[in-house]
Amino acid sequence: MRGQKSGWSLGLAGLLAPVTLWLGLFFLVPLLLILAYSFGTSGVYGGITLGFNPSNYLKVFDPLYLEIVVRTFVIAAINTLICLLLGYPLAYFIAFKGGRWKTILILMVMVPFWTSFLIRAYAWVVILNGNGVANKTLQFLGITDGPVNLIFTPGAVTLGMAYAYLPFMILPLYAALEKFDPRLKEAAQDLGASKWHTFWRITFPLSMPGVIAGSILVFIPSAGEFVIPNLLGGSRTVLIGNLVQQQFLQARDWAFGSALAMMLAALLLAAILFYVRHVGTDKLEGV
Amino acid sequence: MAAGSAPKGMCRISDRMLLLVAGLIYLFLYAPIAIVIFFSFNSAKSTQNFAGFSTKWYGELLRDQTILDAFYNSLFVGVAATAIATVIGTLTALALSRNEFRGKTFADSGIYAATVMPEIVVGVSLLVFFVAAGVGLGITTIVIAHVAFTISFVTIVVRARLSGMDRSIEEAAQDLGANPVQTFLRVTLPLILPGVMAGALLAFTLSFDDFVITFFVSGVGSSTLPLKIYSMLKFGVTPVINALSTVVVLVTLVIILGASRFLGRDEAREVRRATEE
Repeated sequence: MRGQKSGWSLGLAGLLAPVTLWLGLFFLVPLLLILAYSFGTSGVYGGITLGFNPSNYLKVFDPLYLEIVVRTFVIAAINTLICLLLGYPLAYFIAFKGGRWKTILILMVMVPFWTSFLIRAYAWVVILNGNGVANKTLQFLGITDGPVNLIFTPGAVTLGMAYAYLPFMILPLYAALEKFDPRLKEAAQDLGASKWHTFWRITFPLSMPGVIAGSILVFIPSAGEFVIPNLLGGSRTVLIGNLVQQQFLQARDWAFGSALAMMLAALLLAAILFYVRHVGTDKLEGV
Repeated sequence: MAAGSAPKGMCRISDRMLLLVAGLIYLFLYAPIAIVIFFSFNSAKSTQNFAGFSTKWYGELLRDQTILDAFYNSLFVGVAATAIATVIGTLTALALSRNEFRGKTFADSGIYAATVMPEIVVGVSLLVFFVAAGVGLGITTIVIAHVAFTISFVTIVVRARLSGMDRSIEEAAQDLGANPVQTFLRVTLPLILPGVMAGALLAFTLSFDDFVITFFVSGVGSSTLPLKIYSMLKFGVTPVINALSTVVVLVTLVIILGASRFLGRDEAREVRRATEE
């Protein structure tokens, strides 16, 4: 309370010093470092010369890489849409029909959310592989005669991603719907609106902050995903994430890899600015 | 009244549809994990046909020294990262929840940016940073990285707890002559302890399960459980991986249920609200 104007005091500085040091040194500085590297030039033997070389960013327009970039955004967009279509009914159900089970129902969404990401992707390897549960079921139902190739396809990658990111969509949707005053719905219906009409004119627009937050939380990490395409995809489903991994671990073209990573970070920044503009707060659902 | 009963009947049908859809989505969320757990008890080497109940793959886990080493590494990293992140995160929450100061928006944005930044970006930037700084990759770099990405989560959870706290109790302690340190240790800390515990448990889960960031900052011989599972997968799907996955899922489950006990109903809502608004 002493430094009235800026609000700073010795105690406050002490409380904030550790986080500033840790996130400054191990979050911000590394990001600035790859920003600098993204404008550098990779040497033949893996070294890097700093400078101002925009060619790493222009490389993205090389047809070879452009195909990967476009594919990544298409898959991430489809995944976001699937998560929205699956997540909305469940969030709606918990918020309006959950009653006294609400807490347990939302906890049941959070448990997969916190369960190891790798294992949840691996589960689909077990299900989709050659003679896995999926093929057994298809044959049992008489849809297919023999085992069909399900794994290592774009469809498998999309399915694995929808599974992995669905809780990221449900939680902010639920948070938005839970705040909703049910009297608004009653009012609309008293005034003669049909259920369908009430949903599209009242409920859905009011849940937009959740829809936008959920879409960002699904789209951004899907665009940077590399584990799911590694496990469930083949050579035809290489995504930006795989490309970044290759540049850093195999090709050792760190300048290009940094440029790709910066693009993903820029995408996040754009999404946050979009959220702030349309929802009007500067915070995103993080848990 | 006839007009009133028709929509009610429709309402019931749509309610049942919604219940069915919700049930199917829960099935979608849980069935894949259940299948992995189910096949971990298969006596045959197959992950396709269930031959009979057996726990022999769990025995196999205990006999594989590389798996045990990875488990100890995961445990060490989890405990060390959680301890550091919980202290720093709690201090940060205290600073942010009770002070208005210039640069607060920047501090807030930094905290949230760290939770939503794609993991691959955090991973490669730390890799580049450690290599540039000449730090050898290993357990230490994994701990540093895990602290960096869990601090924000601890901050968010503890802050939610603090926002629901009555400050007049602290003022009373100070009026009665307690100094700031005494007030914190005897009054504030006991009151926010459930939030701190919940934050610590969530930090441990995040660390224990992390694959992407660890993948980039680990060195030779510093494998954690997720890294071990990933490298085993390269040689194909085996019941041993199912057993190991089951162990990891159960550890996570126990911790999350523990955290949800600490994080009472009100705090859970508070966390969601604090992170949403």
